[in-house]
Amino acid sequence: MADAPALGRARAYGLLSWMWIRSSMAYRTSFVILLTSSFAITFLDFAAILIMFASVDRLGGFSVSEVAFLYGSTSLALGFADLFGGSLDRVGARVRDGSLDAMLLRPVPTLVQIMADQFAIRRLGRVLQAVLVFGWALATADIGWTWDRVLLVPAMLVCGTAIFLAILVLAGAFQVLASDAADVGNAFTYGGNTMLQYPLTIYPTEVVRAVTFVVPVAFVNWYPALHILDRADPLNLPTWWQFASPLAAAVMCGVAAMCWRAALRHYRSTGS
Amino acid sequence: MSLIEVDRVSRTFVVRRKTSTLRRARQVVRAVDDLSFTVTAGEMVGYIGPNGAGKSTTIKMLTGILVPSSGRLRVAGLDPSAARVELARRIGVVFGQRTTLWWDLPLRDSFALLRRIYRVPLTRFRQNLDTFVELLDLGDLLHRPVRQLSLGQRMRGDIAAALLHDPDILYLDEPTIGLDVVSKSALRGFLREVNAERNVTVLLTTHDLVDIEQLCRRVMVIDHGHLVYDGELAGLHAFGNARRTLVVDLSDPAPPVDVRGATVTRVDGPRQWLEFPAQASAAPIVAAVAAGYDVADLSIQEPAIEDVIRQLYLDRR
Amino acid sequence: MSGPGLYAAVAVRSFRRYSTYRAATLAGAFTNSVFGVILAYTFIALWSERPDLGGYDVTTAVTFVWIGQALLTPVAIFASGAEADLVERVRTGDVAIDLYRPTDLQLWWLAADLGRAAFQLLARGLPPTLIGLLIFDLRFPSNPVTWLVFLLSVVLAVTVSFSIRYLLALSGFWLLDVRGAQTLTIVLSTFFSGLFLPLVIFPGWLKDVAFALPWASLLQLPADVLLEERTGWSVVQALAFQAAWATALLLLGRLVLRVATRRVVVQGG
Repeated sequence: MADAPALGRARAYGLLSWMWIRSSMAYRTSFVILLTSSFAITFLDFAAILIMFASVDRLGGFSVSEVAFLYGSTSLALGFADLFGGSLDRVGARVRDGSLDAMLLRPVPTLVQIMADQFAIRRLGRVLQAVLVFGWALATADIGWTWDRVLLVPAMLVCGTAIFLAILVLAGAFQVLASDAADVGNAFTYGGNTMLQYPLTIYPTEVVRAVTFVVPVAFVNWYPALHILDRADPLNLPTWWQFASPLAAAVMCGVAAMCWRAALRHYRSTGS
Repeated sequence: MSLIEVDRVSRTFVVRRKTSTLRRARQVVRAVDDLSFTVTAGEMVGYIGPNGAGKSTTIKMLTGILVPSSGRLRVAGLDPSAARVELARRIGVVFGQRTTLWWDLPLRDSFALLRRIYRVPLTRFRQNLDTFVELLDLGDLLHRPVRQLSLGQRMRGDIAAALLHDPDILYLDEPTIGLDVVSKSALRGFLREVNAERNVTVLLTTHDLVDIEQLCRRVMVIDHGHLVYDGELAGLHAFGNARRTLVVDLSDPAPPVDVRGATVTRVDGPRQWLEFPAQASAAPIVAAVAAGYDVADLSIQEPAIEDVIRQLYLDRR
Repeated sequence: MSGPGLYAAVAVRSFRRYSTYRAATLAGAFTNSVFGVILAYTFIALWSERPDLGGYDVTTAVTFVWIGQALLTPVAIFASGAEADLVERVRTGDVAIDLYRPTDLQLWWLAADLGRAAFQLLARGLPPTLIGLLIFDLRFPSNPVTWLVFLLSVVLAVTVSFSIRYLLALSGFWLLDVRGAQTLTIVLSTFFSGLFLPLVIFPGWLKDVAFALPWASLLQLPADVLLEERTGWSVVQALAFQAAWATALLLLGRLVLRVATRRVVVQGG
């Protein structure tokens, strides 16, 4: 690229996304239904947690506000990741119908094109709902605000988004090679998100270790949340783990970028 | 100067075939096998061969979509798979079977978006667009969403889209497939013009030999991953199992003539048709006929290219 | 070939077709298992606070989770069953060809969907259930009659689910893009089927509403049959409820198709 690569990519992403937003406006009724229903889907999702708390005061030792904090933070991270990279679950379909080929022929990095592909503004519905839940949690949860806790909140959200994005890219790379295995990514993104909505204290320590050391989704919100909510770590890891989310995010993004490149080199282009 | 250099390039695929309900055998398929050729700037080359011969695999390697298993590739001095994004600015690709335009956007918007993606200067873009609108008769189509265009209209749009950024090379994959006679002929005229006026090098795969006859002086035939013919279109006459026919008019009706190297396929009164391999020289046969019979007239019929190709495809099946 | 034979053939073909998507099936079964594990621990936490919540004990609740993961795909709670192809045919207009065929559009796609569901009940239902049995203490009935009635209830569940998705596909005659309507369908069927939270723990009036809606047929009722939470007359009631919704929604689908067809004819394609 002629100018700074990152800027060029952002520009290309912007161009392509804007084009898709305009495309989706071609079907206006459907667009409105989409936006409303994607807001509704996430609202009903949180309603399920409220229904639980209608019967109990605490879940895994956490109050409803604290669970809302966990719910809001992971939903926001996934919401942003989905907004920017939700189209990565269509890589397999793109391979099958051969349209990935067309993307490979354009002078813009393929990952940028894939992420902007079918960019859907309706995905803001999820983000909006997460903002509401997270805002309510911050307002009602009993948090002893100190400067490090205040700073940890935006850091947590940025790193969480990066971790989920990395998983989306990994799942996309996997689909380049196994085009009809889109569902595997869902296990880690939506599965991870569902898991992180609840305090990890309700899961056995093996599971918590797995999401810390194997697929480090626990860094999306759990470890920062332990510090912000002033909770003891069930694994008794050193305190600095609660600030290690940037490290986990960087590792995940590095691995994802490597796998994506490797996948394109092994692309077989058998679509018709 | 060679714009495209292909030097001993191979590409293998591993396929798993179902041999029974549970078992699957692993098999290595050589889609392109030790392929070498070069294309000079400004050429317009027909690239033909039966389905599955390795045509698309070659094009996909030339554009950087597929990484070769072995061998060396250079397009405009670049290694396509390593410098794919850079190369993309210098090539244009059109797939006859599918569009690369945005389905729900008017054609004009697709073009405008491509201008920004390829960073074409505005003045150059306007010039190009005006030229293509005129030559391809796109004027009435610009405001229509791509999904509302007919196949022929869409193809015209796709070709204009592929040329907006002034590529050095244009790859065309079955550009005339599904088009009516008039559209085909208009499209060929346009391609000739692009090649001549803009000096765009064109590599064309097609099943329609009229495309080749009207556009390409050079033709390459690929089969089973090998280049089996590379040369002038005219030379294809003498290729493979093709046969020429010597038509002999004797002064009187006679039983089929008996000459080494040729066989009589038809007798009609004094006229007889003798077939012989296309590569063989006609001289000894003519001499033998003239020596043994009273000949009134002689002529040689070349095989039609369609027949040569058809024969070629049949033989390889 | 026509009549029942034809539709049986359609179902068999659909069964075979879905059996060729190996990677997708494997990936899906994996995802079901992951979700099963996560939800099971959530329910364990919930029921350890309130051991008799919704009249379930903790074992029943965890078994419910795994029945949910097993039925999720066969019953197509997240849509994209056989109707996905019909959606595409309506979008491209190819459906016009189907309308001139001497076959019944609704029965054709219902047969295809039942064939799909049969395959997915085996391929997407059994593996997560086995994983669930390995990790958790589950309770399944020993009475074979319960299993038979459960199967019948699942067939009705697929039929109700199909009839909703069929209406969704037909909405494509009016909406150019059905994705919005599809998301809405998924929202409602996820929440009101009890997939993430059994309807029995819904509070007060919401519970009554949820049990009256068609989506209760998709998971809550078949699960209650298998968990033997419903016995005797109550089982008959559940089946009748499912059958009533199936009939009503299928009839509605026929009516909508008639209107849609007239619209196609008027618009000339």
